[in-house]
Amino acid sequence: MASDTIDVTYVARLARLNLSADERAAFQSQLGQILDYVQAIRGVDVTGVEPTAHAIRVQNRFREDVTADGLAMDAILANAPQHSDSQFIVPRIVE
Amino acid sequence: MKYLTTIGLEVHVQLKTRSKMFCGCPTGPGAPPNTQVCPVCLGYPGTLPVMNGEAIRLTVMTGLMLGCAISPYSKFDRKNYFYPDMPKNYQISQFDKPLCLGGSVEIDAGGGAVKAVRLTRIHLEEDVGKCIHQARRSGVDFNRAGVPLMEIVTEPDMETPDEAFAFLLALKQMLLYLGVSDCNLEEGNLRCDVNCSVRPEGQAELGTKVEIKNMNTFKGVHVALQYELDRQLEAVRTGERIVQETRRWEPEAGATAPMRSKEQAHDYRYFPEPDLMPVVLPPAQVEAWRAALPELPRQKRERFAAQYGIPEYDARVLAAQKAVADYFDEAARGASNPKLISNWVMTEMLRRLAEREMDIRDCKVTPAALRELAALAEIQAINSNTAKEVFAILFEQGGDPAAVVRERGWGQNSDGDAIGALADRVIAENAKSADDYRRGKEAALKFLIGQVMRLSQGKANPQMATEKLVQRLGRPGGTG
Ligand SMILES: [Zn+2]
Repeated sequence: MASDTIDVTYVARLARLNLSADERAAFQSQLGQILDYVQAIRGVDVTGVEPTAHAIRVQNRFREDVTADGLAMDAILANAPQHSDSQFIVPRIVE
Repeated sequence: MKYLTTIGLEVHVQLKTRSKMFCGCPTGPGAPPNTQVCPVCLGYPGTLPVMNGEAIRLTVMTGLMLGCAISPYSKFDRKNYFYPDMPKNYQISQFDKPLCLGGSVEIDAGGGAVKAVRLTRIHLEEDVGKCIHQARRSGVDFNRAGVPLMEIVTEPDMETPDEAFAFLLALKQMLLYLGVSDCNLEEGNLRCDVNCSVRPEGQAELGTKVEIKNMNTFKGVHVALQYELDRQLEAVRTGERIVQETRRWEPEAGATAPMRSKEQAHDYRYFPEPDLMPVVLPPAQVEAWRAALPELPRQKRERFAAQYGIPEYDARVLAAQKAVADYFDEAARGASNPKLISNWVMTEMLRRLAEREMDIRDCKVTPAALRELAALAEIQAINSNTAKEVFAILFEQGGDPAAVVRERGWGQNSDGDAIGALADRVIAENAKSADDYRRGKEAALKFLIGQVMRLSQGKANPQMATEKLVQRLGRPGGTG
């Protein structure tokens, strides 16, 4: 049922994943099972229960607007695949 | 057939916080690339964002000022996309539970008419990094990544490029009044996406919407809209179909051009940000913030006109910028004639500030000094030209106007006998001009007054000089 509706190729493309035909088939069935499970949850009576984005009741966690030191430049650029003039270098992007 | 044009705006405003939205990195402009970054804003695995409470406050204050409803429950969501300016591969934004809903901005719709542009919502998100495109590659600077951005979304309530421009001006004025953003356009503090469409008159449903992305000047928004709406009108008139698309304004070409749309760019797969807890503001907190809202431009205009008895035109000019309004307010308080203060601020002060591209807050003429200078001129202790010279000196050096007048011996001479004696001398030495005046040539009097002023080295009270001359010459035409 739900597994018929998921477009694995589309989802993979959004996630920038190159899947083989075998992988697509495997994910098709696994994701289908997950959706079936969601369908099962849909059967639960949730009358009077507010939707929530979190399982725990914590709210309003703020920090003061104060500055803190970041990382040293060499530490940052050590993680760059390529860098030049203190900038991360990536393939040219055209919109 | 007649066509209607419709415009909506999404304005991104950089909030004036010291630190970023979810980490302690500083937000100041002009730092060398990648010097204001940390594991959080670089999206290192295992890091956790923590909300900057001040950014929440500034957004809610803005909402209160613009008449929005403040959401009792608000949350953050992840907007997923791949682009090198966003190292986490998602941007933390707000999807279905923004901080503020509704509200409006009043704009000057021309000819003294006021129009309310409705707002859809105001939400808070983080800015992304900056790509610097080179010939064969792109560089990325993440200093701006994670800076708090407030996005103000309007309803499609504007009909002309002029109205969109007026909206942006009015919004900027309000934001500056509230002090939530520096609104510095050069530094990209205000950026704007524009939506527009055309439809035949009488059709209720809006036409196909075209978006123009990332405009960072108000003038740019105006010209881009003019071009784009003309393009769409031309298209519908010739029966061409308008495609729903995102376009870019290209200032050099003076035209909009379609952006190569990122594949499935609009499927952002929003979901609740699991690392941030919801914001549930107690009503008492919201009311305390509301009580702390400053006087708004319109209220200030009305108060200036009522309290100081200045014309509505003056009140509008003075209230246009908060800093100027504050200056005037302080100078006019306790002034014997507030209209004179208004004249000084609107003419000499604003002219000189504009010449130097200066902010009134950096001006060396204190409000008290201006009040005193206006008083000296009013009681004619100095004449109006001298007053302007004193102003020029104060503008350069600051100081006390009375002291400047004294030090330079610029006091105005209002000694009737002395000026009468000068008038006698001028008439004797310029018999021809005196006769001309008596025969009805008004202009001759101006010349004679000028001579009295010259003999007094500019110190004679010009009104008194005029009086003394007229007394001696009689009325023009010999009738008096
Ligand atoms: Zn950071």
